[in-house]
Amino acid sequence: MSKKPELHQDDPETTGHEWDGIQEFNNPLPRWWLWTFYVTIFWAVAYSIAYPAWPMVHGATAGLLGWSTRANVAADIAAVDEANAAINTRLAETGLTEIADDPELQAYAVNAGQAVFNTWCVQCHQTGAKGAVGYPNLLDDAWLWGGDIEAIHTTISHGIRNTDDDDARYSEMPAFGRDELLSAEQIDQVANYVMSLSGEPQDAAKAEAGAEIFADNCAACHMEDGTGDRSQGAPNLADAIWLYGGDHDTIVQTVTNSRFGVMPAWQPRLSEAEIRAVATYVHQLGGGE
Amino acid sequence: MSTDNKPPMPASATGIGDRPKKRSILDRHKVLETNATLLLIFSFLVVTIGGLVQIVPLYYLENTIEKVEGMRPYSPLELAGRDIYIREGCYTCHSQMIRPMRDEVERYGHYSLAAESMYDHPFQWGSKRTGPDLARVGGRYSDEWHVDHLRDPQSVVPESVMPKYAFLENRMLEGEHIGDLMAANRVVGVPYTDEMIEVAQADFAVQADPESDHDALLERYPGAQVRNFDGQPGISEMDAMIAYLQMLGTLVDFSTFTPVPSR
Repeated sequence: MSKKPELHQDDPETTGHEWDGIQEFNNPLPRWWLWTFYVTIFWAVAYSIAYPAWPMVHGATAGLLGWSTRANVAADIAAVDEANAAINTRLAETGLTEIADDPELQAYAVNAGQAVFNTWCVQCHQTGAKGAVGYPNLLDDAWLWGGDIEAIHTTISHGIRNTDDDDARYSEMPAFGRDELLSAEQIDQVANYVMSLSGEPQDAAKAEAGAEIFADNCAACHMEDGTGDRSQGAPNLADAIWLYGGDHDTIVQTVTNSRFGVMPAWQPRLSEAEIRAVATYVHQLGGGE
Repeated sequence: MSTDNKPPMPASATGIGDRPKKRSILDRHKVLETNATLLLIFSFLVVTIGGLVQIVPLYYLENTIEKVEGMRPYSPLELAGRDIYIREGCYTCHSQMIRPMRDEVERYGHYSLAAESMYDHPFQWGSKRTGPDLARVGGRYSDEWHVDHLRDPQSVVPESVMPKYAFLENRMLEGEHIGDLMAANRVVGVPYTDEMIEVAQADFAVQADPESDHDALLERYPGAQVRNFDGQPGISEMDAMIAYLQMLGTLVDFSTFTPVPSR
């Protein structure tokens, strides 16, 4: 074993105990550490005075700086609303068909509308409004309830077949098979007739038999030539554009069980300016009339 | 070890003699540091005070018990849907708390209030969002969309990483235990009445059947939505799940709510 260290006169004092010859210097904490520690204590006290902190009888102390998360978010929203107030008011008060005549307003509406669309609409109508099975493509010329800006505005405001808005667009196709209005054979025939309307390959004999069934059961809404009726949201069956699919099996299923696509009403969630903005955006995508 | 050649201990190292006296109270901590029992007692004391200061005020401070109009306990079908939501671990990817920040309010709607979770046991606030927040998802999509999306999320959201939950459609529910679940919730403070628990199973079935007489249900659970949520006969877990999702965040009418900034 090596020689033990000797204590010198200028060594710091030890803690006073010794185990197996090992002694411990009673060194103070490093000054920088100690002062940092004191500063954190001071900071905590100062912070609890400046910001809401101490629970009292009815509420916590408000803090000298008056910090409030709710007030902050309200202020943030108010600041943006105020910055856009002038143009939003203009957008809400300009006639729907006149928005396009004002280049500045149109540019604002399209940009704002795209932001609204990407937040609230893409989940169903898909990125870029290309649609999905059951959720209409908004880029093409086929419109169920009308494609001029006023019709689009109404659809967005009140929605379709929802239960929340009394002014929601509404129509209901009978479930011809499920409710036994037509036999399976008749449905097969009318499906073939519907396919013939858009020139799809089909069984000519069945289609011929289906023509009368169509005239008796379907023409009231879809029109005699199958071009549909926008006032009832009855799709055009002659344009080879399909919401749920135009193959034989899908058409049979649609006629058998019917479809009941629902769109929420956006009036309760979006401001009038936002609805007009998104209507303008959708209108200018390509299919607007 | 030998102590023969040990150097003499200097007076300063022995703790007696001319060693400087400790005067400040702050220097007394040596007593605690050298006495394990005392250290334990004082540690508990500190943790107790800290805990009380943090927890007790939550039971009486007005901003944590803010009352809002419209909140009601979950209807039996919604409660069953909530149970499925928890069972499937939806909370691991979806939060149910809109924070008070402009970007969140713009995207999801009004920030969440503490009272909106008052009947949640356990709450579903969550701390991580792989998917979007669901605190106000109610009414945002159609029932059909929810069916499509739960069956195959990628069919409506191509970039989604959410798993498929198509099996919910095939698992039928009778609601025979829903009254027990409500009774358990009552134990932890949800104000279900005896009547609610008694007719729980009937209410459970009524909410998924639009043809039924549901006036009594709506009286017990104002604002409950009565529909065949999944469009299929019978009550499946899909019905319960969509009933739950479609009511999330819809109970409080924010057009009549005035936030108190200090809260």
